[in-house]
Amino acid sequence: MKYIEEFGDFRLAQDLATQIARLSKRPVNLMEVCGSHTAAIFRHGIRDLLPSTIRLLSGPGCPVCVTAASDVDKALAIARTPGVVFATFGDMMRVSGSEGNLQQARAEGSDVRIVYSPLDALDFAQREPTKRVVFFAVGFETTSPLIAATLKRAISLGVENFSVFSVHKLIPPALRVLVSSQEVNIDGFMLPGHVSAIIGTSPYRFLAEEFHTPAVVSGFEPLDILQSILMLVVQREIGRAEIEIQYRRVVSAEGNRRALRLLEEIFCPVYDSWRGLGTIPQSGLKLRKGLKKWDAEAHFDLPSRPVQEDPDCQCGKVLRGVILPTQCSLFGKRCTPENPLGPCMVSAEGTCSAHYRYGVLA
Amino acid sequence: MEEREKASLKSTGRILLAHGAGGKLGHQLVADEILPLFSNPILARMDDSAILEIEGFRLAFTSDSYVVDPLFFPGGDIGRLAVCGTVNDLSMGGAKPLYLSLSLILEEGFPVEDMTRILLSSRRAAGEAGVQIVTGDTKVVGKGGVDKIFLNTSGIGLIPDRRVLASGHNARSGDQVILSGYLGDHGIAVISQREGIFWGEEIHSDVAPLNGLVEDIFRASQEVHALRDPTRGGLASALNEIARQSRVGIVLEESNIPIREPVRGACELLGLDPLYVANEGKLVAIVGRDAASDILEAMRKNPLGQRAEIIGEIVENPKGKVLLKTRIGGTRVVDMLVGEPLPRIC
Repeated sequence: MKYIEEFGDFRLAQDLATQIARLSKRPVNLMEVCGSHTAAIFRHGIRDLLPSTIRLLSGPGCPVCVTAASDVDKALAIARTPGVVFATFGDMMRVSGSEGNLQQARAEGSDVRIVYSPLDALDFAQREPTKRVVFFAVGFETTSPLIAATLKRAISLGVENFSVFSVHKLIPPALRVLVSSQEVNIDGFMLPGHVSAIIGTSPYRFLAEEFHTPAVVSGFEPLDILQSILMLVVQREIGRAEIEIQYRRVVSAEGNRRALRLLEEIFCPVYDSWRGLGTIPQSGLKLRKGLKKWDAEAHFDLPSRPVQEDPDCQCGKVLRGVILPTQCSLFGKRCTPENPLGPCMVSAEGTCSAHYRYGVLA
Repeated sequence: MEEREKASLKSTGRILLAHGAGGKLGHQLVADEILPLFSNPILARMDDSAILEIEGFRLAFTSDSYVVDPLFFPGGDIGRLAVCGTVNDLSMGGAKPLYLSLSLILEEGFPVEDMTRILLSSRRAAGEAGVQIVTGDTKVVGKGGVDKIFLNTSGIGLIPDRRVLASGHNARSGDQVILSGYLGDHGIAVISQREGIFWGEEIHSDVAPLNGLVEDIFRASQEVHALRDPTRGGLASALNEIARQSRVGIVLEESNIPIREPVRGACELLGLDPLYVANEGKLVAIVGRDAASDILEAMRKNPLGQRAEIIGEIVENPKGKVLLKTRIGGTRVVDMLVGEPLPRIC
């Protein structure tokens, strides 16, 4: 099966749109949590196929967007230390802390390298034994197992000049904050497809059992997204609240046990600070105490001052689905993709960035 | 440039890698820091080549530097790229390319064998294009001074008498947008080689001289309003430039845009959008509505235009913007690239 072609089929898409329009009677707010869903919805113009009863909100599932500015400052402090090779995923390069960003640090002479995989960073450490290689571990449950596996390999190979600065986060605790929010009524969640491939569906059960809110694990092709919206609308219309899987070709209810075991071996959940959502208990991942040798935070003198956010920046409200980017006074004026003031504009999958780059103009 | 897009380059004070990516930042650098120093009406037009009127003749003149890494990739190398790039810039101005200069900056320690291989490739490309390399320069710098080898080519071409100049400023409402073939081959081939990622089916760069195809187009019709080769920044950047220069809107049909399956797959995996990936053997032609089918037919008879398609049209509004009608029936804006396309996390 050729997914990209078949799952973008015009006629099938129009059929799903027709079914959605026929069934959707009451106005609903559906939140898609994952940055890739935000981007896909815009890229394919999904909103144009939906009836006016459905309002799609974007949530905080963009790891770049929710990384605290104080963590970016720590990353910069590490990167600017002489003798350090700072390895990072590409989309963290342009996120600003209080003193610039990694892209600028590189331009100023720091050895900052973009990698596709943490294994590449481990490779640097092995090839350059006089350098201290630090990997900036950003990402949700889709990504953290890979970092865990890389660390395991580093440990077994005895690579001592490799360490990880983890700012990994977990999705379900953020969902709890969102669904309990007084600011906006969320009638259903489109759940992140690849995070769910790792964690399965049981971590989401509280949405249905405690909050009577339906949720559907969705794939990323246009037909996946439309089918998930249909499934949410159906549940809403008949008053059901269940966790369903639309993305059945990739996601199973019990998730990926091996990945989960790896995570447990290497990381432990901690109280963590999310840009826009504040501090959430058990929502971040840090290295277990016994792994201090590979924990960058134990090796560097890191600043811990709280960072002054721009008081006009409304990223928090955008990340919580309270306002649309177009309702932020800075959007498109002081804050643009070339000159991003807040993280929602920096990441290619940030809500503001997607609105700006893909949004059809008034 | 719109007020909201004036970024604070001043705040960084340094050149960023992103300035070289062919998108908004690069344009701003040129517009704010470079152009004002050399203002003249020829430069101000900012087309692919400068058009010079000398003694009744119209010459096109252009220059380009080549710093691609890796030097050798499936389908080509820096030597071929250096010749085709400049030949194509001249062709986009409607000129027949004639003569090129070729300058080399070599890093100490660079193998002579590699240099020869590159130069032979340049020779072959020049032969295919029917141009001669008539002058050049060679410099050597110490280790680290450049990355192995950098090339620069400059070229001149002659615009035939009575040929109406194709320019980014001439697109008009009703015109058709024709793309000469598959998008994204070159950029993906280079990235794959650089990152050591191999796909099931090898993806080749499309690097080729387009002057023959351009002559076929003009033979079919003179109603050619603009020609552009979508190199760095891809089709999206090329069309955004034209939309701005001509103060028109462009609407594209996603389902008409030809993209090879493995390229589409590679883009999905890497988080890249094929509309922004570089091409080195493709052109986009903005042509009068009535001339479109003749031109399309002529293009398809040329080996470099076999998969040519009409991918969209020029509209009155929204001015300066490019829109895409998606495969599933939605609409979205195709914005100009901001900086480097950064591969995403998850």
